[in-house]
Amino acid sequence: MNPIQTLKRSLWVFHLNTGSCNGCEIEIVATITPRYDPERFGIRLVGSPRHADVLLVTGPVTGKMIERVKRVYEQVPDPKVVMCIGTCGQSGGVFFDSYNLKGPIDDVIPVDVYVAGCPPRPEAIIHGVVTAIAKLERREGGA
Amino acid sequence: MSWMEDLLLLGIGGIAVSVYGVVAGLLLLGIDRKLVARMQARIGPPIRQPFVDVQKLFTKQNIVPEHAVAWLFNGAPVVALVSSLVILLYLPIGSIPPVLSGYGDLILIMYLLTIPALALVAGGFSSGSPYATVGAQREMVTMISYELPLAIVFIAIAWRMSADGIGDPFSLVTIMQYPLWGLVGPLGLIGGLILLFILLLVTPAELSRIPFDTPEAETELAGGLLVEYSGKNLAMFYTAQGVKTLVMASILIALFLPWNPSGLLGLGGILAAGIDIAFFLLKLVVVVFASVTLVRAMVARFRITQVVGMYWLFLGLMGIIALILLGIDAIGGA
Ligand code: SF4
Repeated sequence: MNPIQTLKRSLWVFHLNTGSCNGCEIEIVATITPRYDPERFGIRLVGSPRHADVLLVTGPVTGKMIERVKRVYEQVPDPKVVMCIGTCGQSGGVFFDSYNLKGPIDDVIPVDVYVAGCPPRPEAIIHGVVTAIAKLERREGGA
Repeated sequence: MSWMEDLLLLGIGGIAVSVYGVVAGLLLLGIDRKLVARMQARIGPPIRQPFVDVQKLFTKQNIVPEHAVAWLFNGAPVVALVSSLVILLYLPIGSIPPVLSGYGDLILIMYLLTIPALALVAGGFSSGSPYATVGAQREMVTMISYELPLAIVFIAIAWRMSADGIGDPFSLVTIMQYPLWGLVGPLGLIGGLILLFILLLVTPAELSRIPFDTPEAETELAGGLLVEYSGKNLAMFYTAQGVKTLVMASILIALFLPWNPSGLLGLGGILAAGIDIAFFLLKLVVVVFASVTLVRAMVARFRITQVVGMYWLFLGLMGIIALILLGIDAIGGA
């Protein structure tokens, strides 16, 4: 059986904060509320990067976090998807040009899907997950 | 050569029970998740979700951390899964007697029940992560706390039966033949209900489910015992969790709800076994709903000190009261 077929119906998500303002965290928590109920697609938040398939990264990567981000990325078992949630992870956003930033995230680890917004709405985050699945399928089909 | 036939029968029975254990166990987990979702006004995952999860975990990379003791780290999940399947061999399914009936009784089951938990503890300690170590310590404390009420339940039932002069009271086949409810008077009935309540509350602790999931506490311990596990090792622990759910529910059914409908309907042969198994599965769902799902959807997690206090003081005391009630009942009835 194609691993992607099962992977896309059982995505376990680990959330990593690299110095965000917590706005994106609140939207991520809103995404897993009964109103959106992502568990019906098998999506579930897990407590350890070792269990995860998707790494949700928020925040602009502060100087202290740079080593940790790399480490957590390596702790996630393959195959994995990295999603960058929020504008500040993509460009610095409201923290742009701050003295303590080492980001954006894609300078540190490879990012598959970007979800823009400050913070993005839960619908945007779910759309990001769908995009990630599509990308995984494409990557698997092309290989 | 009869011992060879025995061995062959045992092999076939063992394989059949293993398949049944894994499938039914994962199915119970799926039903549990669906019911919780429904109680929270969600649609919830499809019932086959645990199968998908396990399948996915098998396709993932299996990481053994640098600081882990590799042989123990890789061995623990196998031991957890196999030992929980072994318990199933001693448990009746519907009206079918256990595969290993005559070789073990309730006392043995009680000892075997500690092995999956011990495997979890060994796996946690061997993974070399502080989170897992704290989780393993908590799991041990939980084990120590629920053992006392569990032992009281088993002993009270067996003792009540022996008081009526029934031979071999610890054997599950005997217990199925003479349900507790048929033996006791009104006082004993209350005692029996208390015992049932205790076993219903021991079940979530045995399975480390909410509110007794302190060892795995996702939010404080990042997955606790299982924090370093990934890929097929995690899949095996996941499956073992399902089998353990099945085991605990089967024990509860064997002790307290042993009735089978085939006798009432006057059926025989294959048909009777089929109906009994269907009825048994129904009972499993009801028991899991009452002891795991309902509790899980209603309450939050206990702290580890609260777990110990609750089991030793509250449930221990209730168990002793039930024991006394059954004792008075036996003397009064004699
Ligand atoms: S994108 Fe905006 S809301 Fe999200 S963490 Fe960055 S600053 Fe906060």
